[in-house]
Amino acid sequence: MYAFTYERPKNVDDAVKLLKKADDAKLLAGGQTLLPAMKLRLASPGTIVDLSGIKGLSGIKASSKAVVIGALTKHVEVMNSAEVQKSLPALAHLASVIGDPAVRNRGTIGGSLANNDPSADYPAAALGLGATIKTNKREIEADKFFKGLFETALGADEIIESVSFPVPEKAGYEKFRNPASRFALVGVFVSKGKDGARVAVTGAGESGVFRVKEMEAALGKDFSAKAIEGIKVPAKGMIADLHGTAEYRAHLIGVLARRAVAAAK
Amino acid sequence: MPNVTITVNGKSHTVDVAPETLLVELLREKLRLTGTHVGCDTSQCGACVVHVDGAAVKSCTMLAMTADGAKVTTIEGLANGSALHPMQEAFREHHGLQCGFCTPGMIMSAVDIVNRKGSELDEHTIREELEGNICRCTGYHNIVKAVAAGAKAMKGGAKPARAAE
Repeated sequence: MYAFTYERPKNVDDAVKLLKKADDAKLLAGGQTLLPAMKLRLASPGTIVDLSGIKGLSGIKASSKAVVIGALTKHVEVMNSAEVQKSLPALAHLASVIGDPAVRNRGTIGGSLANNDPSADYPAAALGLGATIKTNKREIEADKFFKGLFETALGADEIIESVSFPVPEKAGYEKFRNPASRFALVGVFVSKGKDGARVAVTGAGESGVFRVKEMEAALGKDFSAKAIEGIKVPAKGMIADLHGTAEYRAHLIGVLARRAVAAAK
Repeated sequence: MPNVTITVNGKSHTVDVAPETLLVELLREKLRLTGTHVGCDTSQCGACVVHVDGAAVKSCTMLAMTADGAKVTTIEGLANGSALHPMQEAFREHHGLQCGFCTPGMIMSAVDIVNRKGSELDEHTIREELEGNICRCTGYHNIVKAVAAGAKAMKGGAKPARAAE
């Protein structure tokens, strides 16, 4: 790991000041992606702004309409939250299949969304539920938040404070895990809400998480696995690597989408 | 150089560290607690698992600076003098190790599983919960047996009988 300057601010305002002051600062949340990337020298920020000293950025609030999760809330807290398990069981399930127990004890929802890894789980939930990401400056709809590989709409001095997930009628998440990395080879999040159905895919797209509009239209009329049986996702634009071809990933989207719909609750 | 104040196995230390120091480097190189191992250094293998404020974490994937003010337990903190912790004794009893490299992380994860899930653990649960710990020798079978037995022994509070010396 290259040397860096370390800062641990006590509140969001101070963190923003530090981001403005340094020209190549990075925010550190749980560090389960950033630290490995720094060790591999894929990232070499000059300043690390560690958010772990900021109080009030973690916690879960659920109402009948929305589940609001603080940015520094750890995966283990989401998976074990009685409120999330009750209002949005698909999200508790998604958190329970991220990494392994030790990773879930450190990794955070805000970190996962801000990093926007093309194989991360939370982007699928945010897009698949039409979540709203609240930062220190504004509220960003999930549809406008994810901008491609590791890219988001976040500005250089913008910090995610919380994420609000609307409570759907039903939702499901199915993930085909890469057994070595535990990232999604493909993961599909489906939901049925008052504005229709949403289908979001992670792990497969060359530009990161994306929606499958054709499936959404079919599920909007009939939210059943059968309704999307005939829909094939083209292999064009899918990730191809040693773990799977583009065709394989495209095929998995159909399989996992049907399973997610069948398992949705 | 900034400093970190950290309580490790009940003892408080204030140590000067470079910001890029990982928690595992602080433990091994500054505090000379070399029971915590570095296997992969890419957060996969779990040989570096320690407890930070009661939760199992991979100490190769946490900055020492972030652990400022935390209470850390390492494998060295489990035994009571010369009496092994019940989970350590169970690994010994059930041949839960061969080369022993992964063992400190396995045992720290195993104790964490018992803390979270109680002392009656079925095989499926143990295998699922140990997915972040990799062993290249045993084939896991005896590790799983050891964790189940160690979990029961932890509940009893009684130390399992030592094998005949």
